[in-house]
Amino acid sequence: MAVFGPDVDRPLYGRGPSAGLRFTVYAILSIVLMYYDQHGHWVQRLHFALDAAAYPVQIAVSSPRTAWNWVTQGLETRDALRAENQRLHDQVLALEMSVVREDALEQENAELRGLHAALPPFIKKWQLAEIISVDTNPLRQRVVINKGAADGVLVNQAVVDGTGVLGQVARVGPWSAEVILVTDPEHAIPVEVVRNSLRSIAVGSGNTGELLLPYLAVNSDVKSGDLLVSSGLGGVFPSGLPVARISGVRREANQLLAQVRAMPLAHVEQDREVVLLQFEPSHPAAPAPTPPIAPEAVAAPKPAPKIADPDQ
Amino acid sequence: MSDRHPRLVVLTTTIIAMMLTVAPLPTWLAIVRPAFLVLTVLYWSIMLPRAGGLLLGYASGLALDVLQGSLLGEHALALAFVTYLAIRLNLLMRAKPLFEQSLFVFAALMVYESLLWVIDGWSGHPLSTPARWVHTATGALIWPLVVGILGRFRAPR
Repeated sequence: MAVFGPDVDRPLYGRGPSAGLRFTVYAILSIVLMYYDQHGHWVQRLHFALDAAAYPVQIAVSSPRTAWNWVTQGLETRDALRAENQRLHDQVLALEMSVVREDALEQENAELRGLHAALPPFIKKWQLAEIISVDTNPLRQRVVINKGAADGVLVNQAVVDGTGVLGQVARVGPWSAEVILVTDPEHAIPVEVVRNSLRSIAVGSGNTGELLLPYLAVNSDVKSGDLLVSSGLGGVFPSGLPVARISGVRREANQLLAQVRAMPLAHVEQDREVVLLQFEPSHPAAPAPTPPIAPEAVAAPKPAPKIADPDQ
Repeated sequence: MSDRHPRLVVLTTTIIAMMLTVAPLPTWLAIVRPAFLVLTVLYWSIMLPRAGGLLLGYASGLALDVLQGSLLGEHALALAFVTYLAIRLNLLMRAKPLFEQSLFVFAALMVYESLLWVIDGWSGHPLSTPARWVHTATGALIWPLVVGILGRFRAPR
């Protein structure tokens, strides 16, 4: 352990640079790192490399959970397995029935749109990934998955499970990626109500079972039980993916905005596997690719908006 | 163990504390979870300031940044600062009764969390739920336990 210097018991003061000086050096180093990590630079490449080093630790830390899952799976009784088998069987039947007319409908849709052939398949590629670590607290709702840059995972890729939108890829490491969940307080997803195509934005609440819709007027037409799907605005999620179901609407006479809560359809707490989606860019429902923001454009000061003078 | 290989003990306990800090927990437990890493680094900075020192605080903060995916340098700066405080005040703190130490730890944790909060705000993630401050109280409450457990790894002086 040569890192800490040769002798532990030497006097604290009087030899080598003082603690204050050393702290100043570390502080400056941290600030430089933070600045360049934020503004896209070689530090981000360093961060990427460090993520690779963190991967085994993340696996080690979540190993008790993995072991517990493994044990509970191994101890499932025959009856439980048979019941599950039966349930899956029924589910497959139901799904088959629901897609039995899909090809015909797609052809019809293409004709209505004036196209000669059916559209290319909407989802170009999908990838199963396993959740290796879950971090759900009021400040951060993130999961780490076991697919990364080596598997072609991209930042902002949509992540879903069988029932709805789970989130999007926030950061990609070499063999792992961090997914920001729709319930993260820093996440917002453009949605629309299926019943009447009312558009809004669903913001994460920091609570695994809740989304908030803070931008709906008090007289807007939403009610408990309405299904929310992604609206396709914003360029990350395609339109039509199920997101959440409205669980409560509160209207107060003295407020301009309704307080609307929704329950995400994806089961964040129970999921072990998630699906990463990649869309066919030529399909009309695919999200428009967002051009990467040039650093100069961000750094350049925006001209202050001029307020028109009514007298002129 | 004990005083013959203090750096080994310091390093091992710090790594364990880091594991506890990033281990996945249910939401409500994650809120009250004390910042084990900060407590451990504080303990070693007060009791054996030469064994760990500023480098321990800085390096483990950096490791936490990588593990939690925060801005590189954020936890490093905050943890290095409280480590610096603890090292400067180590002789003073060592002589104090546990209760007063807990008060100091509470203040240090508040400083730590405030720094993170300010950096979060500057880097465009302003989040001010009251839940982020809960761990400062649980950390101060658990301090006597930390002293009891980590004290076992040190031979009495």
